[in-house]
Amino acid sequence: MDVAFPANVAGPNIAKPASVASTTYEDGPVRVFTLAAVLWGIVGMTVGVLIAAQLTWPELNFGIPWLSYGRLRPLHTNAVIFAFGGCALMASSLYVVQRTSQVTLFLPKLAWFVCWGWQAVIVAAAITLPLGITQGKEYAELEWPIDILIAVVWVAYAIVFFGTIGMRKVRHIYVANWFFGAFIIAVALLHIVNSAAIPVGMWKSYSAYAGVQDAMIQWWYGHNAVGFFLTAGFLGMMYYFIPKQAERPIYSYRLSIVHFWALIFTYMWAGPHHLHYTALPDWVQSIGMVFSLVLLAPSWGGMINGVMTLSGAWHKLRDDPILKFLIVSLSFYGMSTFEGPMMSIKTVNALSHYTDWTIGHVHSGALGWVGLVSMGTLYYMVPRMFGRTKMYSVPAIELHFWIATLGIVLYIAAMWMAGVMQGLMWRDVNPDGTLVYSFVESVKATFPFYLIRLCGGLLYLAGMLLMAWNVVMTARAGSAAGARPIVPTSDAPGALPA
Amino acid sequence: MDVLFLLVPLSVLLVFALMALFAWALQSNQFDDLQREGARILGDDEKLDANQDPF
Repeated sequence: MDVAFPANVAGPNIAKPASVASTTYEDGPVRVFTLAAVLWGIVGMTVGVLIAAQLTWPELNFGIPWLSYGRLRPLHTNAVIFAFGGCALMASSLYVVQRTSQVTLFLPKLAWFVCWGWQAVIVAAAITLPLGITQGKEYAELEWPIDILIAVVWVAYAIVFFGTIGMRKVRHIYVANWFFGAFIIAVALLHIVNSAAIPVGMWKSYSAYAGVQDAMIQWWYGHNAVGFFLTAGFLGMMYYFIPKQAERPIYSYRLSIVHFWALIFTYMWAGPHHLHYTALPDWVQSIGMVFSLVLLAPSWGGMINGVMTLSGAWHKLRDDPILKFLIVSLSFYGMSTFEGPMMSIKTVNALSHYTDWTIGHVHSGALGWVGLVSMGTLYYMVPRMFGRTKMYSVPAIELHFWIATLGIVLYIAAMWMAGVMQGLMWRDVNPDGTLVYSFVESVKATFPFYLIRLCGGLLYLAGMLLMAWNVVMTARAGSAAGARPIVPTSDAPGALPA
Repeated sequence: MDVLFLLVPLSVLLVFALMALFAWALQSNQFDDLQREGARILGDDEKLDANQDPF
């Protein structure tokens, strides 16, 4: 190891070696997941661009039900969150848990089942959603047979992940694994509670909850999906791949532990902020707001921790496009974790809710944080998955970074302006109490912003296509044949089995 | 809002479970030498030989 840190890594933290140990990492499922993430990223973002165009020019619905906005929008969200994001999370978590535990995967065959089972879920979603088969719950649209498959695959994923942790050769569990573990357990819990439904046929079911109860469960699920799927999981990525790419340990490992516990202790009750000024009791709304505001502290602690890892080595940010992806993703994480608590304040929410500001907020998190950190991570992992030291074209990574960032800025700036404008128009009243603007006037006024948003989305998609080319070229020039050996992180010879 | 009778106890249970997990982590010396653990990951993967890289 060519790192300038204290060498006394052996000692009490090395657990007893197992009698028989595999000497290589099991990277097969990881490899498939990295490629699948890129493929589904393109699919999900293409659908996103299409529906952005449909909002600009409704003629693009073509009068075909399967291509209508209402059916494609859940396809877009499911594809980018669960297919692109999910595959990136599964790839990185299975990669990280092996390396930080110094051991190969627990039950590799089950890991393969997770891999192909998850792809089956994605394909099932891509077929049923355009057919209009849906539970009508945002981010949980898939019908009950697919929900059951998700639950089975997810439990298998948990067994593989926690089984690997259980076999670890390093006593300490690295902080990234805590984040991945919280993400896996929380998503299982959220999915099972929220998807409880009574089937009335193969492709139709009714939620086990009704009315405002259902809304409460739905947004308890919905916001915790943001918190544990789109935040905790990707923070696990961040805490491993930023130190690795920067070749420096995280700025404060102590702060990362505080970040983890503070985040998971405070996250669970932010959901009601999605239901401000609804039939939900006022005090529950206020609890949601308060918990959302509290979340600012751990979120910013984590962001600063990640960014400050480059403290004293800022030149790396200039030279290394992968670090650009990772560090700029954190600045978007900081932006959206400031914006989110602010929008959860009831008086701000009165203006922002139901406007395109919300869409802008979501995409600053999704494109900026989740997207960029995943892309940085994939650029780190893909060469290693194919026996290469770097991507086929490093300048293409740099170009991708700038295209994507420009796309995000266009997207969120357009949605901010559109949202505030819509909010102001909707609440504008004449002295006699009548509305100044009809709803359709606000739609008309939004047209130029929808156009700018479409351009932003197109740029972001173009970056993803560039990435796909780069990944294919890297994979073609490389080889997936050689399994990568487990390299002991202990500097004391003989502390780990050969 | 009967559903709160499900969600609130669920959250309380979860917090107790998390506290137990935190206590376990403390007692099994997970947090004893944080500086070293932060640095340990930096050498966990083999360095590929750049000379054999065709790019």
